[in-house]
Amino acid sequence: MEITNPLLLTVILINFFTLGSARLGACIRIVALQGALLALLPLAVHGFSLHSLVLFSGALLFKGVFIPLLLLRAIREVRIRREVEPVIGFVPTLILGVLMTAGAFLFADFLPLAVEHLDSLFVPTALATMFSGFLLLITRRKAITQVLGYLMLENGIFIFGVLLSEALPLMVEGGVLLDLLVGVFVMGIVMNQINREFSSINTESLTALKE
Amino acid sequence: MLANLVLHLFILLLFAPLLLGIITKTKAWFAGRVGAPLLQTYYDLNRLWRKGFVFSRTTTWVFLLGPVVGLAVPLLAALMIPFGALPAPVSFEGDLILFVYLFGLSRFFTAAAALDTGSSFEGMGAAREVTFSCLAEPTLLFVLLVLARLSGGLSMNTLLGEHLLASWRSEAGASLTLILVCLFVVLLLECSRIPFDDPTTHLELTMIHEVMVLDHSGPAFGMILYGAALKMMVLGALLVRLAIPWDTGWWLTNSLIFLAGLSVLAVLIGVIESAMARLKLPRVPQVLVGTSLLSIFALVLVLR
Repeated sequence: MEITNPLLLTVILINFFTLGSARLGACIRIVALQGALLALLPLAVHGFSLHSLVLFSGALLFKGVFIPLLLLRAIREVRIRREVEPVIGFVPTLILGVLMTAGAFLFADFLPLAVEHLDSLFVPTALATMFSGFLLLITRRKAITQVLGYLMLENGIFIFGVLLSEALPLMVEGGVLLDLLVGVFVMGIVMNQINREFSSINTESLTALKE
Repeated sequence: MLANLVLHLFILLLFAPLLLGIITKTKAWFAGRVGAPLLQTYYDLNRLWRKGFVFSRTTTWVFLLGPVVGLAVPLLAALMIPFGALPAPVSFEGDLILFVYLFGLSRFFTAAAALDTGSSFEGMGAAREVTFSCLAEPTLLFVLLVLARLSGGLSMNTLLGEHLLASWRSEAGASLTLILVCLFVVLLLECSRIPFDDPTTHLELTMIHEVMVLDHSGPAFGMILYGAALKMMVLGALLVRLAIPWDTGWWLTNSLIFLAGLSVLAVLIGVIESAMARLKLPRVPQVLVGTSLLSIFALVLVLR
């Protein structure tokens, strides 16, 4: 348990960074780092076994390397560097994020958890990461930041999953990762389409579509 | 008690200007220059002290009060915080509030002295300084609250007491790391160092602290320079005590460890100044709000 607490705290700090930063490249890289850190969690919690090794390599490959590379490629293709005008400004989003994180910590205390999870940071971090992902999804205009929010949301679910990974079959986790990958692919195609039609990837433009 | 007070003041008054020298030397080393001698600040102080006062005819007594309060406040504040493992000479319940607002007092008088000259340029600097430090104040208070929660006391001596070593090893270690980072940012801002303010440029429209003291000269400017060095030492002492909470039991080794910690801090500031550029002015409040939020988060972590 010694190593997991710093890991989970770093994950929360990365949430804050992503909420407060306008640079897309930096955001993608730091979310990739978050994914890579989370990949270490199964090893730290369950020790070295075939199951946790598969989880580790799968998560590292998908969350830490493959999807971020796709996203980096996407921002190179559509030539964008920064999120220019978020729906809510960066500082208010950051404040909301911290409030939500604090709320997650308070809320986790009221949950009827198993005894061994009571004092750990797992449940609050999972909730906080999911909330941050939601926040990113709803406050940003660019489709690519929304994909990042989706990725972060999935990271939060993954933290929950680690707690259950003894009980959860590998197939389910594989399915989740695959879902995510398909999601990113679809988003990539959609992004390209939006970009070609409107010469920008603001999702705001989509509301102007008529039949 | 008296010996303690004398030792405290001796360390403070003698070694504070050295910190500025170490920072300058580190920056010079990074740039591949020889740089000013380590003791340059002492020479500067000596030179300024031998000059005469020059006052503009438009200024009043407020103008002189700025430097005087700026020198007196860090002296008073230094008496309330422990230097490494050396306990603070003056300590009472709740002095953390006084500690924070003493700096507010000095800021008020510096700003008032700047406004007293009637120059719009200095007024601009005063406005910036006040804005930024009012954003930095929550961070400092939340950091002290975290420490108060961990120690269970309300005086600086208890906040930075022996419990720190045990706290680092316990669950609270993460919060302590967070508040260490927050305190470092506050130190950089309060001492007007580079990501927030450039201490080496004069007459530039972007500067903050330096513009306010533009009209001071001679001994008054010396007081400002000395006061700034003392302030850096006092805030640095807070950081050093947090980062190095060991007590060797002998006053000499304790003070040596403390001074070594301060030198490392000064080198760190020098490295940051060499490696970073100044932040754009609108970015500064964002960073400060960010650190306030971090310190609130640290508080939430220790409260649960």
